[in-house]
This record gives sequence, C-alpha cells and structure tokens, in this order.
Amino acid sequence: MNDFVYFFTFQDPSIAFVVLGITLLGIGAAYVGTFSFLDKKALIGDAISHAVLPGICLGFILAGQKDPAYIVTGAFVSGALATFLTSWLRTNTKLSEDTIIAAMLSVFFGFGIVLLTVIQKTGNPEMAGLNQFIFGNAIAILEEDLLIYGGLAVLIIICLSLFQKEFSLLVFNPDYGKAIGYPMGTIRLVFNVLMILSVVIGIQAIGVVLMAALLITPGAAARFWTDKLGPLLILAALFAVISGIIGTYISFVFPQMPTGPWVVVCLSTVALISFLFAPKKGVVFKMVARNRYLRKSHREHILKTLYKALEEGKESLTIEEIYEAFPYQTQESINSIKSLYEDQLIIKNQNVISLSIKGKSAAKRVVRLHRLWELYLNEYMNIAPDHVHDSAEKLEHILTPELEDLLENRLNFPKLDPHQETIPRDHDEL
Amino acid sequence: MMSFDPNAFLIISTASLIAISCGLLGVFMMLRKMSMTGDAISHAVLPGIVIGFFISGSQRGLEVIIGAGILGILATLMIDWFRKKAKVQLDASIGITFTLLFAIGIILINVLAYKVDLDQECVLYGEIAYLPIDLWITGSGMNLGPRITWLAVLNLILVLGFIVSLFKELSLTSFDEGFSLVIGLPAGAINLALMSMVSYTTVSSFEAVGAILVVALLVVPPATAFLWTKKLIPLIKITAGLGVIISIIGYYFAYWLDSSIAGMMVSVSGVIFLASAILKSKKPNFKFGTKIADKPFSI
Repeated sequence: MNDFVYFFTFQDPSIAFVVLGITLLGIGAAYVGTFSFLDKKALIGDAISHAVLPGICLGFILAGQKDPAYIVTGAFVSGALATFLTSWLRTNTKLSEDTIIAAMLSVFFGFGIVLLTVIQKTGNPEMAGLNQFIFGNAIAILEEDLLIYGGLAVLIIICLSLFQKEFSLLVFNPDYGKAIGYPMGTIRLVFNVLMILSVVIGIQAIGVVLMAALLITPGAAARFWTDKLGPLLILAALFAVISGIIGTYISFVFPQMPTGPWVVVCLSTVALISFLFAPKKGVVFKMVARNRYLRKSHREHILKTLYKALEEGKESLTIEEIYEAFPYQTQESINSIKSLYEDQLIIKNQNVISLSIKGKSAAKRVVRLHRLWELYLNEYMNIAPDHVHDSAEKLEHILTPELEDLLENRLNFPKLDPHQETIPRDHDEL
Repeated sequence: MMSFDPNAFLIISTASLIAISCGLLGVFMMLRKMSMTGDAISHAVLPGIVIGFFISGSQRGLEVIIGAGILGILATLMIDWFRKKAKVQLDASIGITFTLLFAIGIILINVLAYKVDLDQECVLYGEIAYLPIDLWITGSGMNLGPRITWLAVLNLILVLGFIVSLFKELSLTSFDEGFSLVIGLPAGAINLALMSMVSYTTVSSFEAVGAILVVALLVVPPATAFLWTKKLIPLIKITAGLGVIISIIGYYFAYWLDSSIAGMMVSVSGVIFLASAILKSKKPNFKFGTKIADKPFSI
C-alpha cells in the first residue's frame, strides 16, 4: 500500500518522469497502431519491432555505451531498412506478404542476436543495460532518455493529429486520395516513418519482442466500442496509457519483473473484455441478442399456429398439437408457452390453449405482416406466389410498425394475399 | 580454423536435422499462407515450456513437450476464435494471441526464476554450442551421446513420417481447401495436426536454436526455395538442401566471429534469401517491351 501511495502521488520526480514517458509512448503507439490496424497491416509493426534489434546493437557498438541518440538512430535505420525491404520484396517477388513479413522479422532478429552475442563476448560492462531492450524496463528510463523518447512521441502525436485527414485517406481509400491529387506515396512514406519511430521509442520501456502488442492491441480493442475514427483513437490511447502505467507500477514494486510483459497482459485483458462484453459487437452481447431473437420468433410462430387453427374453425389447440407443430423444439415450445401465458397472450385451460383478446391482436399482427410482405414481393418484385413464403417467414419478425404503415399505403390496404388468404386487421371478426 | 573436429560435425549435423524438420513443415505453412501463424505458435509455446519445466523439474521431461503442444494448439484455436467468433481481423488476432501468450511466458519465467533453472535467454536464443557436453546418460551410466542430437533425430523422423503419410492430404488442403472439404477430407483436423507438429518441433528445437529463431528456420528456407521453383517436390528438396548449407556456413561464421551459432545460421539464411530475391526478382522483359508498372512506395 505504501508503494502504491508513493508511486501514484509522484513524490519521486523520477517516477513522475517515467509515468509521463509511458503516457506519451502509449498515446503515440496507440495512434499509429490504430491506423495500421485499420489498414489491415498490423503485423508490419511486429516485423519492425523485431527488426530494430540489430540497429540497437550497432548503435551500442558505435557509441561504446548506452547512448540514447546512437541507439535511437541505429534502431530507426534498421527499422527503415526492414520496412523498405518488405515493400521491395512485395512488389518484386512472388512471395506472399505474410511470408515476407515473417522472413524479414526473423532474419533481422537473428542478426540482432549475433551482434548481441558479439557484444557479450567483448565484456563491456554496459552490456547489462542492453538486455533491457528485449523485454523492456520502464523504470530504468532516465531523464535524458526521456527527453529523446518523449520528444519523439510528442512529434508523432502532433504529426498524426495535424494530418489526420490525409492518414485516414491513406487507410480507407488511397485510390480516391490519389485521384483527387494527394501525394499518396509521400503520405505513405511519412506514415511508415512515424510507425518506425513509434517502435523505436517503445523498445526501452516495452522491449522489442512485445512492442507489437502496444501497436496492435489498443486499436483492436477500441474498435469494438466505436465506429468513429475520433473516439477510436482516443479510446485506443486511453487503453494503452492505463496498461502502460499499470505495467510500470508492477515493475516498480517487483524490480526483477520486466515492464513489457505486464503491459501486454493488461492490454490483452482489456482487449478480451472488449471482445466479450462490448455492446453491439461483443461476443456475449451478440449471443444474448441472438437468443432473444430466437425466443421472440418462436413465440410469434406459436401465436401464428394458434391463429391459423382459429381460421380453420378450431378455437383452441392442445399442448401436444403445438409440440407436434414444432418437431425437435419441444423445450423451446414449453418456454414460449410459459412466457406467452405470463404475458396473458394465451389462455391455458388444463392441456388446452387458446388465444386471449390481447393474443389475438398480436397474432393478427404477425400474420398480417407475413401476408403483406408476401403480397409486396409478389406485386412489386414480380416473385411468383409460391416463392414468397420463406422470405416472409423471416421478415414477419423484423418489420416495424412504420414499415407496416408504408406497406399498407403502398398496397392500398389489400384484403387478400397472393394465396387468396385474408389479411387480418385488428377490427376484423373471426 | 576450419578444422574438422567431432564437435563441429555434431553441431552441424544437429543443426541440419533441426533446419530440415523446420523447413519441411515450413513449406506447407508457407503454401497455406500461414507463416505468421508459425511465428505466433513459436512465441506462444513459451508458457507451456515453462509450466512443463516447472512440473517435471527438468528440460527433458515429457511434460515440457506436452505443455508446449497444448499451448501451440491453444494458440491456433485462440487465433481462430478471435477471427471467427469475435470477428477480429486475422493479422490483429495473430498479433494479440502471440504477444499475450509470450508475455505470460516471460512473467512465469520471472515468477518461477528461483525454482526453475530456465533462463529467458536460453529459451530465446538457444545455445547449440553446449550440445557436445550435454550428454544423454542412461541409468546404468552408459553414455549414448549428445541428448539434443537424439531429440533432433527423433523430431526429423516424426516430421518425415507425418509428411510422408499425409502427403496427399497436406498438399491438397494447402492448395485447394474447398475441394478437399468437398471430397471429404477433414481439412480442419489436418490443419490442427500440422500446427501440433509445428509446436512439437518448436519445443524440440528451442534448447538448440531458441524459440524465436525457430521461426526463421520455418520461414526463410522455404521462402528462398520458393523463389527458385514452382513445383512442390523440388521445393521440398531445395528447402532441405538449404537447411544443410546454412548450418555449415552458419557454424563456421559463428566460430570465426565467436557469436551465437543459431543467430548466425539465420543471418546466413537471410543473406541467401535476399540474394535469391535479387536474382529472381521480377525483371522488365525487354524482348516483349514490357516493364513493371511503377508502384507507389507502399508497405
């Protein structure tokens, strides 16, 4: 608890700096990552983040110590080289994109490991710091590092905010952008540069292997909550920042814990929650909506069966007759009859079921919608009467009162459907 | 320096065996456009390795292989679930799955650091150079030679058996999944079987070449071979040949620079890959006066 208070009151200026750094980094990476996610190129971020390793090592060898300027430059150059090679291979060979990305990623990483072992053998005492780049250690960020990483993050955020229109054009419809005269090649180049920069600034805090998560996951999670670009970017940034701060806090409390994995676990938890519980797009929401629709349609089918019996002159049906009307759906029928009875749409007398007054009007509505739609298909779509039933069977559960009015007006309040059956109205007698 | 000592021979032959096993599976992964799934699996088996290691207390336990196998299949199913049920696009599903599982693996290593003798660098980069001193000694004290070589031999036999016995099914599902489903092949099961083989190969090789560099052996030799041929059988042969070549060159370069052998193997394969790409890149055909359309710099 003391740790918690100490950390979050920012008494220690170095903690304040680290939190500021991880916040800027999270926003920058989430912004760039969301665009590349929308562009369906999320894995490029993975390739770049593995590919910066040789650059980091070369920067270290040239500087002879952990100098952020050298390391950032080296990482940027090797990230850019990997990006360029990926794009060159894609246009000039027959290899598919995923093979190229996987090949570039592993080759650059392998070369990075070679350099890393070479450095290890030189016995440079600063070597220990270099290992942090693999899994990240946000707490080890110093103030002079922060100046470079934070500055670059701010640059990314400003650049993306200023040219949001151009970048959304790039992501959503580059051909249109080209047609109306935007320099799409240049915009793509700038975007790639920003993407590499966002990976480069993340490696110290998150590490090369897991930096991809900070690019991919926030956008993917936020996409479940909104369809608009503005809120999407803000939400993604928020997810990244919260996870970043939690990860930093954990590696502050347990110093042997690297930051990167914890950030990724937090982010993935947010993403899983979004996948499951987000309204409209979440798996649970969709499942509930589907079940509700299935229950509603089964209830309406039972009402319809009772109504048709009424048309044939039978006041009521036994429960067994209803079960037989829906083979293999006995359990659903039991539930539906129960809920119809609770809503007072049917009257139950021992084993015999008949429609109540309220139930009659509900049943008439379903049958009316069914027959109106059949007639509409027949008259306006020129579909033969024996082909209209299936579509009507689906639409009868979906048509709204407004659409019903439109259909009635368009068809001029018809009396009969294409099968010469009466279209029932509320005031009709049976 | 280029001396032929028994250790060099052992290391090179073990590396070749691993490279061939990975390459053979990699050919089918590439044809199915699942190279990135292979990448994801090789990252994702890490928690399985750590848990198996923790339960069995040694790297040799069967638990390690079972744990990794389960995680590999879990990763495949997770990617599938994200894509089909949650409707997340494929690249993001892969990215989220492997980063999450890998992160959990790293956390487990750190949590159990004092209980298991497994350091993250060994899992990541492997150290094939220690192979000659890591011997398989039976209970009666008989020395049967290096343990990892035996693992690699077993792995190659299983991979070969898998591919030979399912060759027709594998190639059909790789090229035309729809048709294979129509004629009644269980394409989903074959896919899962291939993924299990990839996970098993990852585990069996991670001590030698490291979990991440397995990806390189899975992807780069098949990709290089694919630049040179369009037929399946030559593709497999060239891939296997490349596996041997990069093991030999990689070993001597690593010996010369005193660096990681696995890393050097991957670097060599990368150089061969890029050279092949330059040689076999689409060139303008002057005879017919055609040229490649100028495309914007894109990625």
